[in-house]
Amino acid sequence: MKEYKTIQEISGPLVFVEVDEPVGYDEIVEIKLSDGSTKRGQVLESGEDIVSLQVFEGTDELDRSSSVRFLGETMKMPVTEDLLGRVLSGRGEPIDGGADIVPDERRDIIGSAINPHAREYPDEFIQTGVSAIDGMNTLVRGQKLPIFSGSGLPHNELALQIARQADVRDDIGAGEGDEDEEFAVIFGAMGITQEEANEFLEEFERTGALERSVVFQNLADDPAVERIVTPRMALTTAEYLAYEKDYHVLVILTDMTNYCEALREIGAAREEVPGRRGYPGYMYTDLANLYERAGRIEGKEGSVTQIPILTMPGDDDTHPIPDLTGYITEGQIYIDRRLESEGREPPVNVLPSLSRLMDDGIGEGYTREDHGDVANQLYAAYAEGNDLRDLVNIVGREALSERDNRFLDFADDFEEELIDQGWTTNRSLEETLDISWDLLSTLPKSELKRIDDEFVEKYYVEEEAEEAEATA
Amino acid sequence: MSKAETPDTEDGGRITNVSGPVVESKGLDARMNDVVRVGDEGLMGEVIEIEGDVTTIQVYEETSGISPGEPVVTTGSPLSVELGPGILDSIYDGVQRPLDILEEEMGDFLDRGVDAPGIDLEKKWDFTPTVEEGDDVSEGDIIGTVPETESIDHKVMVPPGEGGEVAEAKDGKFTVEDPVVILEDGTEITMLQEWPVRKARPVERKQTPRTPLVTGQRILDTLFPIAKGGTAAIPGPFGSGKTVTQHQLAKWSDADIVVYVGCGERGNEMTEVIDDFPELEDPKTGKPLMSRTSLIANTSNMPVAARESCIYTGITLAEYYRDMGYDVALMADSTSRWAEAMREISSRLEEMPGEEGYPAYLAAALAEFYERGGRVETLGGEDGSISVIGAVSPPGGDFSEPVTQNTLRIVKTFWALDADLAERRHFPAINWNDSYSLYKSQLDDYFADEVNDEWAETRQWAVGVLDEENELQEVVQLVGKDALPEDQQLTLEVARYIREVFLQQDAFHDIDTYCSLDKQYELLRLIRKFNDLAFDALDAGVPVDEIQNVDSAPRLFDIPTEDDWEPLAEEIDEGLEEDFSELV
Repeated sequence: MKEYKTIQEISGPLVFVEVDEPVGYDEIVEIKLSDGSTKRGQVLESGEDIVSLQVFEGTDELDRSSSVRFLGETMKMPVTEDLLGRVLSGRGEPIDGGADIVPDERRDIIGSAINPHAREYPDEFIQTGVSAIDGMNTLVRGQKLPIFSGSGLPHNELALQIARQADVRDDIGAGEGDEDEEFAVIFGAMGITQEEANEFLEEFERTGALERSVVFQNLADDPAVERIVTPRMALTTAEYLAYEKDYHVLVILTDMTNYCEALREIGAAREEVPGRRGYPGYMYTDLANLYERAGRIEGKEGSVTQIPILTMPGDDDTHPIPDLTGYITEGQIYIDRRLESEGREPPVNVLPSLSRLMDDGIGEGYTREDHGDVANQLYAAYAEGNDLRDLVNIVGREALSERDNRFLDFADDFEEELIDQGWTTNRSLEETLDISWDLLSTLPKSELKRIDDEFVEKYYVEEEAEEAEATA
Repeated sequence: MSKAETPDTEDGGRITNVSGPVVESKGLDARMNDVVRVGDEGLMGEVIEIEGDVTTIQVYEETSGISPGEPVVTTGSPLSVELGPGILDSIYDGVQRPLDILEEEMGDFLDRGVDAPGIDLEKKWDFTPTVEEGDDVSEGDIIGTVPETESIDHKVMVPPGEGGEVAEAKDGKFTVEDPVVILEDGTEITMLQEWPVRKARPVERKQTPRTPLVTGQRILDTLFPIAKGGTAAIPGPFGSGKTVTQHQLAKWSDADIVVYVGCGERGNEMTEVIDDFPELEDPKTGKPLMSRTSLIANTSNMPVAARESCIYTGITLAEYYRDMGYDVALMADSTSRWAEAMREISSRLEEMPGEEGYPAYLAAALAEFYERGGRVETLGGEDGSISVIGAVSPPGGDFSEPVTQNTLRIVKTFWALDADLAERRHFPAINWNDSYSLYKSQLDDYFADEVNDEWAETRQWAVGVLDEENELQEVVQLVGKDALPEDQQLTLEVARYIREVFLQQDAFHDIDTYCSLDKQYELLRLIRKFNDLAFDALDAGVPVDEIQNVDSAPRLFDIPTEDDWEPLAEEIDEGLEEDFSELV
């Protein structure tokens, strides 16, 4: 392997090197500084004479006398089952002071696309114990369901609650034969603060979850360029554990916004033509290459479920990051500022939230027969009640009809009873549905148009109805 | 994919630069748009720019590890698809490689450098000639049939540019490469044709479409119909139901052939189609839906260059079946991903960008694509059509962006999906105020003949009520519903029935997922009957509360989900009469 001392230009995270031998696109390089330390980078463009590199640890202290060595291979992640319980840097090196990793295999982190023909359609219900998700935006194995949040909102608490409580119910539905399987959790942190990272680590240690977790940490003060590889390392590990070792893997990636910023930084340094808001035009493809690595494969036991977290700049979901994410992922969960300030835990706004794979993972044979209808009715009734809130501000409650008042009360009760369950409450699906029926029963039966009459007969709670009637 | 054979001459060049899917080479003697093999692994690519000695290539596969100095060879022909029996009931990637064969050859993940023919070259098909010795045939003429699937007979045609007197017409089992008809001049015609995807297949002439593509979706068929041979766009923000709508059209529309192009969309969604379609029945023939369908799946994480080409691959397959005289429906989900793929390649070429970074030729490319749809008289004198239905995914749900705008200038039907409706779980979330169809007048004759003379008038009535509701809603927002005069309250009530009974349709309900034209008309007629009786009652002095509480009206909600709906509709019809005669 030839060493070059021919750096021509250093610009932001990029280095341009003159070469006299062909270098492969995407290849990994090692750069030796004059003080003997090394940095790693990757080939971004390979020409006959000039190769441009992005340097993961940043280009500080690099000078033209630094030497560049091309390693002749693309970026690899050493994978083994023993990674479980370990804390690694954003580049996949252990930082927990533990033993060296002896890999079973070294896998290309770029990863190939799963052949759509080889995929198995996800339909196994995951009980997260969070009513807003289980009841109305059901998560299934192999899904990618991001959390859309804003700065200062408790998205990490929600992610932790899901990681802690997630369980495939083998007593109901399609999970038969599985014996109390626990999820392996892969946590990929990109540009989050040390404090946030500690919060996760402490929680993992406290609940004993660490031994079935792999943590990749790229912190806020780590080089931004490294963020490009962190999620790929995490997903490569996830795929290995899922498809080779039969684990059900839950991948939490936070914060995707920082990842996209890094992407923009590199694009700008390369003087690329920018797309919307300065983000590169290929950001959709790039994000898809991450998110699409969730799924199940026919004939394989394991699965990869992804919960990416992103903070929407200015709470604006038309910003390119949430927008492109929403077009790729199978739904989204919104964390809401108003609900947060009202102290709801978790402050999930169900109205814009969605799980695209829900319909196939619920109902008879999967969860409970009435699940789909109940979810639809809750949505419709809550939306109606929520609309009336604006009106009440103008005309006051007295001006509304009795029917409207019922829906207003319903919206309030809905937030209080169903949404605001607290960070530590783990509700079974049945509990969620029972609470839903208590709420729905405050409405007259004739208003429950979205529910099959048979289920109304079976589950409608007359006492609640009478009580609501009495107070009205 | 076709064109895999090694070139006869050594026209090879060397790679000089690699940047993602864009590769530059020197010394390559290739024409614009020729397919080339790149690198030691022979990755598939296409020439997209020639400047002096430097040829720029877009590569359809991942280029990691490819380095300058590796060879590039041309195949000497443009990106083409193979056309012949075996296209239906298949699932291809963006360059017509069958995904099931790729799975066998490279496992669960898509590797690179693997080639597979788009059509099984070994399989023998049962060919029955429809011409005999001495017949004169010209390009596009049908010379024989092959039972391709349970429901579709494949028609073997004289390839464009060929023709003459038939010397021999064979009968029996042949592979697609065996000659089945031999002409006097010695031309051998096989069941296999090749066609470059970027070039439209020739037709005799274009015709005005006059029959609707019946979709079984109430809001589409009644309010915003599309013609067989028409074009439609479905724009909408994420989560508003574009894909579900496309799936519904692919499942229920009364086209003979469906080509479904999943362009840059989700892997799991394609899997759903792959899993579902073989089990669903074609509403027309009762045969498995897959037997009339060809799927092209190029998911968002598959190489971007193949995403650019998959739309062309799809429309070429559609044109081929149109030429046989079939009505073809092409669904493209989503054209925005296709436009973005163009943008991505264009920006890597450092072309001067147009609006929002899209290439300046975006509008031309979109127009060219939609223009390949339409109802035509084929070269062989058949009547065939392609209905093109393109989903658009505007960033941030903002319809003013270039892809939506340029699409709207071309298509004649516009189904605007609305995030607000989706949020309140009103599905299909098609906004009735923003959507339109320019085919209405040319299709009204059909509806009058086939369904009811009153069709157009009833539709107009419903549109009028919805418009009025839209205006009233603004007032209601301010003062509340009860402050309105009684007749306006009643209008709101009628509009509610139109919205909740008629416009809403549950795609996941076994019965409601498809609604026949007769049922659509009857449903709307009953709502109108309620309207007429209610206003008569109001005029007679009956308070609006009582009108709203008649027993029969809410039963309208039961019709959509009722399989045997006619007796129920009759019962409700009588019920309404009785209820109101009691009131007045």
